[in-house]
Amino acid sequence: MTFVLFAEQVLNGLQLGAMLFLMASGLTLVFGVMGLINLAHGSLYMIGAFAAAAVAAATGSFLLALAASLAAAAAAGALVEVSVIRRLYDRDHLDQVLATFALILIFSEGTRWVFGSFPLYLDIPSYLAGPVTLPGGIEYSLYRLTIIAIGAAVALGLYLLITRTRIGVQIRAGESDREMIAALGVNISKLYTIVFAMGAALAGLAGALIGPLQSVQIGMGEPVLILAFVVIVIGGIGSGKGALVASILVGLTDTLGRFLLPIAFGAFMDPSDATAIGSALASMSIYVLMAFVLVVRPTGLYGVAQHEA
Amino acid sequence: MKREPLVNAALFLSLPAVALWAVSTDEPFTITLATRTAILALAGVGLNIALGQGGLVSLGHAAFFGLGGYAMGVLASHAQTQTPILEWPVLIEGATSMPLIWLVAMAVSALAALGIGALSLRTSGVYFIMITLAFGQMLYYFAISWPAYGGEDGLSIHLRNSFPGLNTLDPIQFFGLCFVLLCAALLLSARLKRSPFGLALNAARQNPLRVRAVGVRPFSLRLTAFVISGVITGLAGALFADLNRFVSPSMLSWHTSGEIIVFVLLGGVGRLFGPVAGAGLYILLEQLLDGVSDYWQVFLGALLLTVVLIARGGLIGALAGSEVAHD
Amino acid sequence: MRFKSIAPALVAVALSTAAEAAEDGNGLRVGMITTLSGGGAGLGIDVRDGFMLAIKQSGRSDIEVIVEDDQRKPDVAVQLADKMIQSDKVAVLTGIIWSNLAMAVVPSATAQGKFYLSPNAGPSELAGQGCHPNYFNVAWQNDNLHEAAGAYANDAGFKNSFILAPNYPAGKDALTGYKRFYKGALAGELYTKLGQTDYAAEIAQIRASDADSVFFFLPGGMGISFIKQYADSGVEIPVLGPAFSFDQGILQAVGAAALGVKNTSQWSKDLDNPANKNFVAAFQTEYGRLPSLYASQGYDTANLLLSAASKASVSDADAFRAALEAAEFDSVRGDFSFGPNHHPIQNIYVREVIQEGDVFTNKIIATGLTAHSDAYAAECKM
Repeated sequence: MTFVLFAEQVLNGLQLGAMLFLMASGLTLVFGVMGLINLAHGSLYMIGAFAAAAVAAATGSFLLALAASLAAAAAAGALVEVSVIRRLYDRDHLDQVLATFALILIFSEGTRWVFGSFPLYLDIPSYLAGPVTLPGGIEYSLYRLTIIAIGAAVALGLYLLITRTRIGVQIRAGESDREMIAALGVNISKLYTIVFAMGAALAGLAGALIGPLQSVQIGMGEPVLILAFVVIVIGGIGSGKGALVASILVGLTDTLGRFLLPIAFGAFMDPSDATAIGSALASMSIYVLMAFVLVVRPTGLYGVAQHEA
Repeated sequence: MKREPLVNAALFLSLPAVALWAVSTDEPFTITLATRTAILALAGVGLNIALGQGGLVSLGHAAFFGLGGYAMGVLASHAQTQTPILEWPVLIEGATSMPLIWLVAMAVSALAALGIGALSLRTSGVYFIMITLAFGQMLYYFAISWPAYGGEDGLSIHLRNSFPGLNTLDPIQFFGLCFVLLCAALLLSARLKRSPFGLALNAARQNPLRVRAVGVRPFSLRLTAFVISGVITGLAGALFADLNRFVSPSMLSWHTSGEIIVFVLLGGVGRLFGPVAGAGLYILLEQLLDGVSDYWQVFLGALLLTVVLIARGGLIGALAGSEVAHD
Repeated sequence: MRFKSIAPALVAVALSTAAEAAEDGNGLRVGMITTLSGGGAGLGIDVRDGFMLAIKQSGRSDIEVIVEDDQRKPDVAVQLADKMIQSDKVAVLTGIIWSNLAMAVVPSATAQGKFYLSPNAGPSELAGQGCHPNYFNVAWQNDNLHEAAGAYANDAGFKNSFILAPNYPAGKDALTGYKRFYKGALAGELYTKLGQTDYAAEIAQIRASDADSVFFFLPGGMGISFIKQYADSGVEIPVLGPAFSFDQGILQAVGAAALGVKNTSQWSKDLDNPANKNFVAAFQTEYGRLPSLYASQGYDTANLLLSAASKASVSDADAFRAALEAAEFDSVRGDFSFGPNHHPIQNIYVREVIQEGDVFTNKIIATGLTAHSDAYAAECKM
């Protein structure tokens, strides 16, 4: 194993982390402010990817496609919030799980109804295609570097939004005491719609960014959704900082686990068995990480201690 | 509340009634559907102990359902090929006797529930939901990639396992067996609810601080409930695998967990007979909607949404009045 | 309450009338269990459409096909098979796409005396020790296309292949199949997680190896993801694989990234024989899209069934079986016959991905294996 290969794998881990952050930040924001667990977050990711693929096919512009993914996911998010999600804030988590599980069925099969059963095409724009050479002789995909950069920019943007703007103040106030800020004259239901749409837009953006690397197809959001859950559980639900740290941690663990475990087993086993067993264990590595974090800190790395409810 | 026992009795008796009617009209597939309903209801009864009585929203019960199924698959496939499961340190042979398989399935589920529960119950609320989900997925990926027992292909067995004195290949006899187990689980669930343990569990769900104040640890109450719940769901998994003569990782997937919750919710959370009503309704819908459109899951989703948003209390709630039994 | 007890009765009445209809006439009732919803629906829809096209062309009204969606869930497939056998009284089953579903359904269906014609999956167990007189595979044994890729790698002069597949039984069969014919060295062998969509870590390892070729088997969305990411990574080692990742249904989603990739297939739309020309034209007229590999397999399966049904009644199982074994139909693949284990003996071609106008498609450039059977036939005792 060379330094160059290792460095490339670390970059891969960061890129996965950046993508997970886009998903997890929306989930954790919605949970922090509204106390809502949203299983349909993966569907919004899928909607973003489909919207991007449709617009890219029609216009040929990747930037327009990204804009469309933000708009479509935000619109879908706002629509769902007003029609369904709004009724769930006062319900227990069970009702939220069920209702958003139902939304997954509707979104998945509804998208198939509209777009058909075959995967759609979405490609990396020519100006971001191909590899670049980084210092140290590392050849790396420019597009993946772009995703890392966008993830970092979104993290910074969210930080500024929450700490420096008026809506950020309202969001923080809503996290601590929703009756109080309603009493202070903030239109709380409008605020919730905005927050939900914002989380949806981030998920849509993640879907659109990943679309060119993967296949745009029905059900693409579910594996990512579960990874995002693991991220926010490790980071502490409701914590933006936790989501960022845990995204990177999960991204690196998953990528390096897939890479290193088969090599480690290969040291004392037949290579064919070693790859099979190594990859079987690698597929569990992030769950082991999660179990470990929870033993040490039951509310995640940056979670606030819960009242026992 | 008066109507609920009536509704329960009617719902409950309709299951064997449908099965017997199917025997008289020679419709073996309807018996298969009734058997499937009974087994899925059993899984729901298991989950309902954690969910309804303990307030523990587990999105990972597929883990126990699947482990029960694999207990059946592993034992039966070893018996089929006449190879021992383990030769050292002790010789363990395969088995085709249902009571033995059930015991193993329940023991394995109990161990898994103990482990998962001990870790997951350190948390609560939404953390608990996500952690149980993640543990379920962990087992799912493990089952897919572990080569010994078929991986994603799953395990097929040629003959249904045997039960002393019965011909389990006869659909109605196998239905009877599943139905008796469902009755036993319902009885256990009802007894549990009224026992000191059940009352303490219920109290821990409503007000953990007060329970703690009288010297009872909510953690151990919940862990016990979670283990009992996992054991019953594991038993259902073994029966389900025997019904299909097949087990695969899809039994462990999070969609299965979601569906078990759906049974409980469709029938009415915390209601003793809720899972029976819910599983019946779900299978009925599946049979009816499937023919309507290729996109029938859209309608299923819409219906679920309606139940959650409007018809709270599920089918039993709608039939027996809106008083919620558990509050 | 009323709802619950009446509705099953309605279902049952509907089913029993259907069953009576079958018993009256001498019609042939076929049950098709295939994937019509969820992520893998494209494959099932193609098999169904190919199959139904052949039935329609035959003009026979005495053949009734009951199509049901298995949602790609083994337990649902088992339930559907039970229903079709017990209630609908079908004599022939077909349609299953995935090996794991086939393993769940086929052994018990054939044990109950039903015929099963596989339009896609060909798990090794059903070709070897688990073979059955009533089981016919019209597509391929799972290893076939990978074996042809291995043979082609030798012909192309590759000496150091990097090979990868998902970590599940069909993935292991794929790599075993490739290695069975490939004679060079291995630069690396990797198993990835089933359903994995990011292959950056694997591509980095390919880049770091000194391989001269990459063989991969990653069906469905996994293959689309891999080939797009591979094209973007700038690694220029030639790639080959089975047709599944380069088939008509998904090529448009892969796009230019797939151009020039060699893939192995027993069928291609440019195969030069009258049956195929007729099929490609008729499929486009009927459905408004180019046929895929899966559609061709569905079409051949139906034509095999039709050829047998015109010679013998399914109620005479031995005669019907003999008629199936004879395989006297015009396959869109050209020459087609069954080996002793009821699996195809056929040519497997090497195709290259090309662009025709706006459409990405394949053309044949070589023959990988001629009149190829499979490695398990000797284990089959029937």
